[in-house]
Amino acid sequence: MAVTAMTKLTLGPIAYHWSAEARRDFYARIADEAPVDEVYLGEVICSKRAPFHEADLPATIERLEAAGKTVILSTLAEVMLKRERKATADIAAMDAPEIEINNAAGLYERGHRSHRIGPFMNAYNEATIAWMAGQGATHVCLPAELPAEAIAVATGAARALGLGVEMQVFGRAPLAVSARCYHARAHGRTKDNCQFVCEEDPDGMPLRTRDNRPVLRVNGIQTQSESYVDLLPETAQIVAAGVTHLRLMPQAVDMVGVAGLFRAVLDGTLAVPEADARLAALCEGTDLSNGFYHGAAGYRRIALAAPA
Amino acid sequence: MSLAELICPAGTPAALRTAVDAGADAVYCGFQDATNARNFPGLNFTPDELAASVAYAHAKGAKVLLALNTYPPAGKVDLWRQAADTGARLGVDAFIVADMGVADYIARTHPAVRLHLSVQAAASSPEAIRYYCENFGVRRVVLPRILTIPEIRQIRAEIPCEIETFIFGNHGLMVEGRCSLTNYLTGQSTNMDGVCSPASDVDYARHADGSMSSQLAGFTIDCFGPDEKAGYPTICKGRYTAPHRPEGYYAFEEPVSLNLSRLLPELIDAGVHAFKIEGRQRSKSYVRGVVRAFRKAVDDIRAGREANMADLVALTEGQKQTQGAFETKKWR
Repeated sequence: MAVTAMTKLTLGPIAYHWSAEARRDFYARIADEAPVDEVYLGEVICSKRAPFHEADLPATIERLEAAGKTVILSTLAEVMLKRERKATADIAAMDAPEIEINNAAGLYERGHRSHRIGPFMNAYNEATIAWMAGQGATHVCLPAELPAEAIAVATGAARALGLGVEMQVFGRAPLAVSARCYHARAHGRTKDNCQFVCEEDPDGMPLRTRDNRPVLRVNGIQTQSESYVDLLPETAQIVAAGVTHLRLMPQAVDMVGVAGLFRAVLDGTLAVPEADARLAALCEGTDLSNGFYHGAAGYRRIALAAPA
Repeated sequence: MSLAELICPAGTPAALRTAVDAGADAVYCGFQDATNARNFPGLNFTPDELAASVAYAHAKGAKVLLALNTYPPAGKVDLWRQAADTGARLGVDAFIVADMGVADYIARTHPAVRLHLSVQAAASSPEAIRYYCENFGVRRVVLPRILTIPEIRQIRAEIPCEIETFIFGNHGLMVEGRCSLTNYLTGQSTNMDGVCSPASDVDYARHADGSMSSQLAGFTIDCFGPDEKAGYPTICKGRYTAPHRPEGYYAFEEPVSLNLSRLLPELIDAGVHAFKIEGRQRSKSYVRGVVRAFRKAVDDIRAGREANMADLVALTEGQKQTQGAFETKKWR
């Protein structure tokens, strides 16, 4: 059996403002059908959204754990307001489930107790990872823009320290966060008066250039890539570099199907060209990209050289 | 009352001397490589130039702050360490850092040199700031440009270090140190390479009807009518269309520059220790004008006199100005 069969598939936290009902349905299906090993829950982007779905959190955790999934709670990427500081402190105080920290405020609250480092934490290099490991980090998710050669070095160092290493292999790339809500701005509102208009865009609000080229997606205070990152063809390389966890970000497509394709490639039961063609079909209408991984502009789709 | 130090940009040795002569309390600068967030062609310092510049500044009573405020990608950390070693050897007064690995190295290797936390670290809460103070001995935080004055006052009460805020210049919209927009379109990273909307990828296309479009790496960032002045294609200041905005709009922010001159007294009262002027890419004459005007304004305020900011308004004439997030939460 391929070593890749040991690699874990994870489902990242939902970045968008999906309704409580949509979330319940989504996670029920993930629990029952998706071949993912670990699931990250929690509001990472906008603290105003959390009250809509946090009441369901205990039931969702129970449902996923009953299905054999490991659950991890993620903290906010941006911490500024009182409620954001409190939300971060509340999660940092928890002993179970595991937690993933996305802001230095969370690191401060957590102290030396074990935690995971999230993708917004800017763990770009071996020195930073070593520092974080010394403070209790057990697992690190690398920044989305890190190229393959740096991923290899960072992963080698992290593994030598006993850390798990994760990177996003599917979904829109997180490109920026701001204090300003761009969803509210598009509708002539402010963040305090947003009326949760972001709920209208379960896969982000598309921005096009004025000559009509799709380029970015707005998700509240976050800006994302228009393209979905797709590193399915690079999976074998990534696993060979020592990465232990591959993260799929929830998009408004058949995520059970997406997870199944990645699992099949990891298990060696489906050839990459066939799996990637099926993935493209599942994501019809959205460009796929792998530029960041190859050290190129993120939106690019770079063909892998055929194996010799 | 705080000291209200004036921290001024030095993109070149000549700009450094100009800023010092115009009354800067401190200047900030970087080396000619990816270790700082203004890694632009023709800017920044060789080690020899920095040595001479430190001597010049110190002779006139000004401090030199060295920006090492980018994030080294794995495998390239040595470049940042060497830059820190060089800076310490040349006698800089502080390092401005963002990456935890870089901060940890300096704290262990050069404990006598002050550490300032760059805006690129995006520390926007008392807890985040305390994390850097307690672990790396950070003495000053440069606050993200996203906080209101009451919020700054609150943070001041809860942290053990000094506060520096931007008061003038380019107005970044995204949380600094958390933005990969440039890398998404150009393949060059703001965090790892120190570039933002690089000039090498900029193009202006003239159309048959006299209109003009500004492009970055082939993406149209904005369009201008025959009578409009074409702006630089910075991604977060471009015009785009959205389903509810088919006419095209500034999705993130209009191309404005930050000018907090009118808020200076309030910022001083809120406990801000140092005011930062953006613009390492700017000309000597720009630096001279801005630094002189702010020097006079700060001195007037500290002496209890009415400050006249007319000179500063003139500097940005023809451009839109904003007080950004500092004045009101409605900005968000």
